[in-house]
Amino acid sequence: MTPADRPALILGARSGIARGIAAALAKRGHPLMLAARRAGELDSDVSDLSIRYNCAVTAHEFDVLDLDGHAGFLDGLPATPSIIICAIGVLGDQNRDAGDAQATKLIVDSNYLAPCLFLEQAATRMAEPGGSIVAIGSVAGDRGRAKNYVYGSAKAGFATYMSGLRQKYADSDLHVMTVKPGFVRTAMTEGMDLPGPLTSDAEPFAERVVSAMEKGRQVYSDLRWRALMAVITHLPERIFMKTKF
Amino acid sequence: MSTLQPLSGWARWPRRTCNTAPLDPGRLADLSPQAGQGMIARGHGRSYGDIAMNPDLTLMGALRNRILSFDAASGELVAEAGLSIAEILQVFVPRGWFPAVTPGTKFVTMAGLIAVDAHGKNHHKVGSFGDHVLWFDLYCADGQTRRCSREQNIDLFNATIGGNGLTGHILTVCTQLLQIHSGWITQKTLQASDLDQAIEIFEAHHDATYSVAWIDCLAKGAARGRSLVFLGEHATPDALEGAKAERPFDIPARRNLRMPMDAPSWALNSYTLRAFNRLYYRVNSGKPETQLVDYDTYFYPLDAILEWNRMYGKGGFAQYQCAFPLSSSREALLKLLGAISDAGLGSFLAVLKRFGPGSPERPLSFPMEGYTLALDFQLSPEALTLMTEMDEITCQHGGRLYMAKDSRMSQATLEAGYADGVPIFRSLRDATGSRPLFQSLLSQRLNL
Repeated sequence: MTPADRPALILGARSGIARGIAAALAKRGHPLMLAARRAGELDSDVSDLSIRYNCAVTAHEFDVLDLDGHAGFLDGLPATPSIIICAIGVLGDQNRDAGDAQATKLIVDSNYLAPCLFLEQAATRMAEPGGSIVAIGSVAGDRGRAKNYVYGSAKAGFATYMSGLRQKYADSDLHVMTVKPGFVRTAMTEGMDLPGPLTSDAEPFAERVVSAMEKGRQVYSDLRWRALMAVITHLPERIFMKTKF
Repeated sequence: MSTLQPLSGWARWPRRTCNTAPLDPGRLADLSPQAGQGMIARGHGRSYGDIAMNPDLTLMGALRNRILSFDAASGELVAEAGLSIAEILQVFVPRGWFPAVTPGTKFVTMAGLIAVDAHGKNHHKVGSFGDHVLWFDLYCADGQTRRCSREQNIDLFNATIGGNGLTGHILTVCTQLLQIHSGWITQKTLQASDLDQAIEIFEAHHDATYSVAWIDCLAKGAARGRSLVFLGEHATPDALEGAKAERPFDIPARRNLRMPMDAPSWALNSYTLRAFNRLYYRVNSGKPETQLVDYDTYFYPLDAILEWNRMYGKGGFAQYQCAFPLSSSREALLKLLGAISDAGLGSFLAVLKRFGPGSPERPLSFPMEGYTLALDFQLSPEALTLMTEMDEITCQHGGRLYMAKDSRMSQATLEAGYADGVPIFRSLRDATGSRPLFQSLLSQRLNL
């Protein structure tokens, strides 16, 4: 099958990482279906990607929190996706969210519950023809940190869910890959004080993600982050709790 | 969401910690820059001095780079203003289109090109970037976004082209691309043994599409103004052979080098600079007179060395670019070259270029019919003194300085160089209420 026969669905298409991955897929010739809330605002992305890469791009209204709408959304797409990129995530505000039931529920729903339910359903449909599900997790899920454990714990659950999904479909043609970005320089993080050498630009990062997908990798994370997180995750809890990381 | 980060222009001086936020048109109305300090938009930060920085609020616009429409019949391109020349080249050269005007680096946004009314090696034929802008949308001080063109909001259109980002934020741009038939340039190299000969060559080749000269700013005596003039034409397919003719838009991918560290400050001195200039002249004058080079090599030689600005050491440098009316160009250039070589300060690459007619309708647009000289100085007290001396020579000869390169000129030098434009620009700023809202270190320094 050529890339032209393998349409890709990008969930959370407005995010910087999704934009980068969409470009990397379009460059290879995959038709794109961009999905997000307020899909009308994706018009500029549709024109940008279709003009730059001469490929078919459509925009679709999608709210992952509308759990009952998942099936209808998948049925209503112009083509069955052969690739799903899930870049849904809500960072929240740790100080405001911790202890607030509503806010914590929103973080857990958006980063864990709703994406998991959606991907479960999509996986069922994709298992037969085969394809790839690429879900963007976060290194924040590797260890709970005072700075972002509401978000981080939801991402940890998401990573575990993906790991299970991967094993479930190990014997099929469905490939499930988890991506754990560190800090990628995008519009979302532009206002943040990011550490220099550990920050990768969205474009080269996306290129590496897509090429890892093509190689059938299980988990993709940047080498530098893998090294750092290997240390962080192996620190004994009584030492880790004293660190400022 | 905003954050503090150290910013500087490409010359790495001055450097200041600036409060930055993404340039998001949806949220511009919520911004409240502190009274009297204002805000400024910034792209890739390739202007040299303090034009695109404001410690109070600098809005980062380079990620707004989406292409909105392209008319393959006419070559009209509409895009978010953060789209860079590098991206335009990547997408449109294979389809036979080229930026109508390009400066010597491709890492620049369209908003930046408009804000400084950038010129290229074809200024004498086609004018500056502003001449190829059909319209743009400008976020103004009253919170409205206005379409500006030669038909509507004409005063704002003219003042914004070359207006240093001080009339508002440029959000969307429509520009006319130039049709080409290959990605190659036929380059012709002509030697000039002194300044008079260089000027003679420029005047004799007025119909060359592109022309620019490298000038040895340290040569003395009879060799003062010794230059190599590079002429260029977009090659047509019949000038190409073999694989190039079959795929005329495929040019070799370039391996970029990166300047790995700051050069030590002692590495640049009058001996190494003189030796480099002599060597450059010898090597290039030995090359065949006519050569076929790809557009990347022809237009963007320095882009191949990423972070080449570190060559001048961590103290940074200053670029000096001035322009003179035709009638006084020769005399002014001789005086400037005399002052530079007497001081023994200078740069690897000094550039001389013939400008075509300027755009008097744009109050702060830099080019004027005559000659322009651009060169770098490693920062030092001596260099600053020399540049002040050069300011005087420039003013005495009716010349002006390019604000995109500047970090140090005085308000008096600006007002002398742009005598007609500055009052017009200031009163437009007052009338539109943009003076308190849109400010940069440059506008504060020059009281614009």
